[in-house]
Amino acid sequence: MSTRLQSGGQLIDRSQQIEFSWNGKRLRGFSGDTLASALLASNQMLLGRGFKYHRPRGLIASGAEEPNALMGLGKGARFEPNQRATTTELFSGLTARPQNAWPSLEYDIGAVNKLMTRFFPAGFYYKTFMYPRAAWKHVFEPIIRKAAGLGAAPTEPDADSYEHYHTHTDVMVVGGGISGLAAALEAGRAGARVLLVEQTASFGGRAVVDGVKIDGEDAAEWVQNTLKTLDKMDNVTVVNRCMGAGVYDHGYVLAYQRLTDHTPDSDGPRHRLWRIRAKRIVTATGALERPLSFAGNDVPGVMLAGAVRDYATLWGVSLGDRVVVATNNDDAYRTAITLHQAGLVVPVIVDARPEADGALPQQARALGIRVDTGKAIAMVRGGKRVTGVALCSQAGEGAVLEELPCDAVAMSGGWSPVVHLWSHCGGKLNWDTEQAMFRPDPTRPPTGADGSGMLHVAGTANGYLDAASALDDAVKAGKAAAKEAGFKPATAKAPKASSEAEAAILPVWSMPQGAGVKLQMKTFLDYQNDVKVSDVRLAAREGYESVEHTKRYTTLGMATDQGKLSNINGLAILADSLNAEIPRVGTTTFRPPYQPISMAAIAGSARAELFKPVRKTPIHGWLDDNGAVWEPVGDWRRPYTIKQGDESIKDAVKREILNTRSNVGLLDASTLGKIVVRGPDAGKFLDLLYTNMMSTLKPGRCRYGLMCTENGFLSDDGVVVRLDEETFLCHTTSGGSDRIHAWMEEWLQTEWWDLKVYTTNLTEQYAQIAVVGPKARQLLEKLGGMDVSKEALPFMACADGELAGIPARTYRISFSGELSYEVAVPASQGRAFWDKCLEAGAEFGIMPYGTEALHVMRAEKGFIMIGDETDGTVIPQDLNLQWAISKKKDDFLGKRAQERSHMADPDRWKLVGLLTENPADVLPDGAYAVDGTTTPTGIKTTIGRVTSSYYSPTLDRSIAMGLVLHGPDRTGEVIDFATLGGAVMKAKIADPVFFDPEGEKQNV
Amino acid sequence: MSDVQSVLGGASFEGAVKVAEAGVHGMISLRGDLASDALAGAVKSAVGQPVPGPLAVNSGAKGSVAWMSPDELLLVVDYAQADATVAKLTGALAGEHHLAVNVSDARAVFTLSGAGLRDVLAKGTPADVSLPAFRPGVVRRSQLGQVAAAFWMTSDTEATVVCFRSVGEYMFNWLCKASETGTLPIVK
Repeated sequence: MSTRLQSGGQLIDRSQQIEFSWNGKRLRGFSGDTLASALLASNQMLLGRGFKYHRPRGLIASGAEEPNALMGLGKGARFEPNQRATTTELFSGLTARPQNAWPSLEYDIGAVNKLMTRFFPAGFYYKTFMYPRAAWKHVFEPIIRKAAGLGAAPTEPDADSYEHYHTHTDVMVVGGGISGLAAALEAGRAGARVLLVEQTASFGGRAVVDGVKIDGEDAAEWVQNTLKTLDKMDNVTVVNRCMGAGVYDHGYVLAYQRLTDHTPDSDGPRHRLWRIRAKRIVTATGALERPLSFAGNDVPGVMLAGAVRDYATLWGVSLGDRVVVATNNDDAYRTAITLHQAGLVVPVIVDARPEADGALPQQARALGIRVDTGKAIAMVRGGKRVTGVALCSQAGEGAVLEELPCDAVAMSGGWSPVVHLWSHCGGKLNWDTEQAMFRPDPTRPPTGADGSGMLHVAGTANGYLDAASALDDAVKAGKAAAKEAGFKPATAKAPKASSEAEAAILPVWSMPQGAGVKLQMKTFLDYQNDVKVSDVRLAAREGYESVEHTKRYTTLGMATDQGKLSNINGLAILADSLNAEIPRVGTTTFRPPYQPISMAAIAGSARAELFKPVRKTPIHGWLDDNGAVWEPVGDWRRPYTIKQGDESIKDAVKREILNTRSNVGLLDASTLGKIVVRGPDAGKFLDLLYTNMMSTLKPGRCRYGLMCTENGFLSDDGVVVRLDEETFLCHTTSGGSDRIHAWMEEWLQTEWWDLKVYTTNLTEQYAQIAVVGPKARQLLEKLGGMDVSKEALPFMACADGELAGIPARTYRISFSGELSYEVAVPASQGRAFWDKCLEAGAEFGIMPYGTEALHVMRAEKGFIMIGDETDGTVIPQDLNLQWAISKKKDDFLGKRAQERSHMADPDRWKLVGLLTENPADVLPDGAYAVDGTTTPTGIKTTIGRVTSSYYSPTLDRSIAMGLVLHGPDRTGEVIDFATLGGAVMKAKIADPVFFDPEGEKQNV
Repeated sequence: MSDVQSVLGGASFEGAVKVAEAGVHGMISLRGDLASDALAGAVKSAVGQPVPGPLAVNSGAKGSVAWMSPDELLLVVDYAQADATVAKLTGALAGEHHLAVNVSDARAVFTLSGAGLRDVLAKGTPADVSLPAFRPGVVRRSQLGQVAAAFWMTSDTEATVVCFRSVGEYMFNWLCKASETGTLPIVK
């Protein structure tokens, strides 16, 4: 059984007990524990179930690479699935529960899958769920979906807050082991601005566990002293609980800081996403130990040797009383020695190498530990816990030589440098045959903006597994990074480390070497996704040669741990199966983040009211207080209608329209884009942008214009006003102001840079209020200040002046067919002007109206709307807007495109008005016109579609516009529109101007 | 003038730094040839300051002028002076190709005060707001949170933040969130 040792544990404080709950049980740990060490100390070996076979799983690692101990953490608004016990610091009241097991962790029904192992080979899903076709949608997919995914989604909104933080630094160091600290110290001493991040709470990495000495003192002491030195340096910032998550182009790094995961009730954000721009990056990310591939290597109680040592040294926890050590290298002997010194029994060290005579094996033997060389584990005994091991020769096929009872196995298949960050942005790797590992190729680094390498890997991560050369390498990296960032490295004496020398590793990818299929089927490569040696071998037999394909076929390395333990072992098995060298098979692509990061950290503060900025006009507050029903228009909110009392939306729209047509209505049109265009070439520029002629416009006059893309399609429309000889003001659609301004600037900056034209987007400078209706003039006259008579301000004219004491530019334009003025006032006085209009307009029956009334009134007049009548495929000619296309101009954007054969095709659908036979029927928006025939593929032939459709209160009947084949030539004809329910609506083709075709109402 | 309302009516928030809406300001967007003598003279007479170089803002008793782009400046004067200043600039630059417009009402302006203001800005802008890159005399036209913003320091512990009026409320809420107590300081 696993238990807490009597003494020891560098990180724990035995005077501070902490209570927590796991799987409904109340347990205790100490301050400084991780959830994993506390569970292990409480003899909780079974912590999870494999994804596919639901095999019992326990801890296999002590850090971020842990694939098994994933659990649901917290409750309610603080519940989060898939949290690693090894990276969760223990706190009082922590609640953890198992996942991927039903009805309970101990008795998981899904474990029957285990008995079906031979029926679940690699590619099982692809092979099995092919036939019958229909079964996929109705049978297979729902079942697989239910089985897929780990953990449960939270059901309540997250109670915590999150934020982003940008920082710029000269040198960014990832990793707070001795290499990272040494590199940061060198760069800091050179005067560079340094940011060091360490993913755990404590510093020192493996060196403080493995008894490394630095300059004669214990590594732990050197680490503390170095931290103090760094703390005193103004140019160095050290952040713990912060993981370097990803390296991107040009020295951009993302780091993920967990501020309050260990103190959930404290103030401030829970996670912070650091967005770092570094001139140079040093990654000192250490190495991960590899499992050995023997049968039963996933039984709870089988753990990486380094992790066994971590639990004993850092947290004073023993994995078992009798621990068999299996290895192919010297490092695992440290575990045997550590356990022996802690008073535990190591019955045997099973070393696959023919000889083991290095300093560490000799030390082990001197302690009286049995060392069996050339031996292997044939099979681990036990189900939910290790009960023993069967030993065999490494050279053979697994004939059992000896059965040995034990309650744990510490295994080491060697170490793989953490090269993820180096690889994220294109750094290449070499296979080091002697050390059996991939390591960074310094001649092929990820390159930065200047084309030179932007990242140095330091220490163990760079393939220097012994402390002395790791520290030397880190000092070099720190100096190089500082120098490349423009600083002069100091000449201070570099620290020197020492540790026991290690003899060479023997690559062991299969244990025993000749393990047959039966053993392979119990030998796990990927613990989380339950991928076995036999699966990879099967993939190879079936023709998979690329590691990327094999990965996807078998799901090797595709779990939430991204193959940290399994990739190299799987790759080696694949290479062996293909009889190829490992570097020939290649490695998979490392992608950020290094470890999963919370979605909430990515969102940062962008949630609730900060989720997305909403643009608000100066009138927004009044509208909101007075019954506005909001709809989004671009990033703005505009009132669809402004309800009075408890009237329905439909009634409100009707009231607004009828009132505007008979009295006076008020519309907040502030969202309309307003771009000022000025310069000697302004007229020429606008002639190129618009389809019609703008340069002939007289100062003080307005003209409606259309803009097309180079491909001829309608892009925007609006009224252009000439303010003076050199100055125009272009109105755009509400959603189009930023886009059209950018469009203007793009043409001016990239193509027509010879034109002397400046533009500025003035959209927000003005509140623009439309005063619309037969009594509009009376209202403005009452407000007083400028002459708004027919003579002084005729239709399509504009004048500057003052209304009700507020500076105003008044345009006599109409989108409703009524007598209409649009008044632009400074935005800061927009609300005051609005209030004055309402006050003065009371006697005229004034009522504000919303966008739906606006839409209906413009449709009654047959005016098109960008986004309704247009959809990116419509040209002005389709909308019978030839009158707005100049024939005099040599060129304008879209001109040549509109001359193409398809654009000039007389069979293009054209705009018409549509009147349903039953005036109460409103055509569905977007409905298709059909001619009763079908295409060769059996689809109804369509001959048109509805673009706008409304009930018109003015005419008390439905009206619509649509694009119809040969439409304008078929006026009076009745055509059929298919509706979703299958019924057909009949509508008569009509002129799209339904109301006041002579324009008598607006010309008064 | 009683009709003039800034977007948030002078709202303020006291957190790890103080956030306050700074009312209305006269702002003029001036586009033209920044190297021309005529423009230098016009700017000097409008705000009493020389034309700033890239990322610079020059300030004095008469007003400020901030570099916005290779052919654009932002002049800051009293709100009541904006139209007169535009007229003055347009007069002084007659015959020169330029565009001077009053954009005072298109803006929301905030003041951040407190030692932690760099960290508050750094939560939302990719621009370098640490020393020595960002100090009085430097202006950045960048983004804060999800919206466009310009900001400069008026002293070692005070900064001005400018954004579009329509997102003034978002900006205020964003600044308040970023200034919550318990979240600062972040780096040395």
